[in-house]
Amino acid sequence: MLGDWGHLGFLILVGIALPGTALVVSVLLGLFKIRPKLPNSVKLATYECGVETEGPSHVQFHVGYYVFALLFVVFDIESIFLYPWAVAYRHEAIYGLVEAVIFIGVLVLGLAYAWKKQALVWR
Amino acid sequence: MTALSGFLLSQWYDLRDLGNPVRALIDWINGWGDGTTFHWVGYIVAGLIGAAAIGLFLGIAMLSLIWIERKAVSRIQIRYGPNRTGPFGLLQPVADALKLMQKEALTPLAGDKIVFWLAPVVIFIPTLLVFGVLPFGPKMTAANISVAVLYIVAIGSATPLVIFMAGWSSNNKYSLLGAMRGIAMAISYEIPMVLSLLGVVLFTGHMDLNGIVQWQQKYHVWLIVLQPLAALTYFISASAELNRTPTDIAEAESEIVAGYHTEYSGMKFGLFYAVELGNALAVSGIWATLFFGGWWLFGLDRWIPAWLIFLGKMYILYGALIITRGTLPRLRIDQLLDFAWKFLLPLALVNVLVVALEVTIWQENGISAGIVLPVFAVVNILLSVVLVVGYVQSFGFARRQRPRRARLITDTLAAMPQ
Repeated sequence: MLGDWGHLGFLILVGIALPGTALVVSVLLGLFKIRPKLPNSVKLATYECGVETEGPSHVQFHVGYYVFALLFVVFDIESIFLYPWAVAYRHEAIYGLVEAVIFIGVLVLGLAYAWKKQALVWR
Repeated sequence: MTALSGFLLSQWYDLRDLGNPVRALIDWINGWGDGTTFHWVGYIVAGLIGAAAIGLFLGIAMLSLIWIERKAVSRIQIRYGPNRTGPFGLLQPVADALKLMQKEALTPLAGDKIVFWLAPVVIFIPTLLVFGVLPFGPKMTAANISVAVLYIVAIGSATPLVIFMAGWSSNNKYSLLGAMRGIAMAISYEIPMVLSLLGVVLFTGHMDLNGIVQWQQKYHVWLIVLQPLAALTYFISASAELNRTPTDIAEAESEIVAGYHTEYSGMKFGLFYAVELGNALAVSGIWATLFFGGWWLFGLDRWIPAWLIFLGKMYILYGALIITRGTLPRLRIDQLLDFAWKFLLPLALVNVLVVALEVTIWQENGISAGIVLPVFAVVNILLSVVLVVGYVQSFGFARRQRPRRARLITDTLAAMPQ
């Protein structure tokens, strides 16, 4: 059975309907000539503070983003692994605590290494 | 427990919890025929009522928040704010919506049209889905799922994706830069947020929000008293993902025009604006549920409707977001990333370990909650103060020493610190 998860499906429908209505009303206003629609090439050009766009707009990513993305993957997976541990914690007692200390300790070492290697500095 | 059983026994006309009339309606529908065939009708009606209620609530809340936010921020900045449309400018949201709807909406020629139109629609879905699991009252949850905390984290991380959709499809350098900054921010603040919520899950042993509220009701305490560190890290890291002023580098006006929604105009821009307020309200709602007792208010929830208490808490905590927005200047991206990785993440990790230790002490020795919880509260509050202050002092996040008086360039002591 879907249970209450199915109710979230209805919420997705509302989530599409709510902005959809606003956009449809806006389009209808355009059809009835209440909303102006006078495009020209200058208006439709890519905005760049009034000058013409220079080169491709899909510019390269700064390399700094990759370092943070890699760190994010490591720590996000860590935190997701910790959730089942948190739920089962009451049945595990001391064993669970020691396990978590070791697990988090390894990752703290990783964070310390990244910190030492200047990976956390934005350049 | 008396309050809870009072709720359970309540009748359909008991509007302290709007779940009662809905429950009665569903029970009536389920009774059609031989009592089993029409359960699917009841299921669909329940889902539709929940979804429609949340959609309606969010629509009204967004309109009200436009006025509250603009008025409060302008009072902070010693301005009047909206005061021309209606009494106290109360009709300003309506005027805003009408203006945005009848403005010319441009789609850039170079842009990716489908994604460009899709982004402002899709961005509403995560916001609504988060509201779906918030308990507005003991029985007022649109979808009472058992892994709500994990679900909130998962759904919340979909918003940066939509921001990137908007930034990429605009085919504009400013939009793309804003979107990239938004992603970098979101992934950095995601981890302290997840870890601070982990502390709550660990301490209460519940992952559904109603269970956490009932835990607070059972032990008669707000979790912010027991876990101030988690509350602080959650508030900072969750509000950092909202693209509001102290952390709005994704749409910094003075640097990259308007960030990811530079190319958006008319109602499509209005949708981004509205959803930002909705997200902020969702964060204050989660904060209220996890750390401020949700719909429970020290037994007063027997007399005041539970949903009114929850709404009140939500709006009061929204005030905290408005105050941070009105008082703090925008930070640079390196400062923000430093803050997430070097300050919030270690604090959140320490919090998880401290909470695990406390739960073990509590469980292994079988001490009664009446003795152990006040001790934990005092220890945790002292610990968080010591950690925050000590960390700030020892790792150089402290205020720079500025010269006390103006110095001339010829002054022998003119060497400015950095």
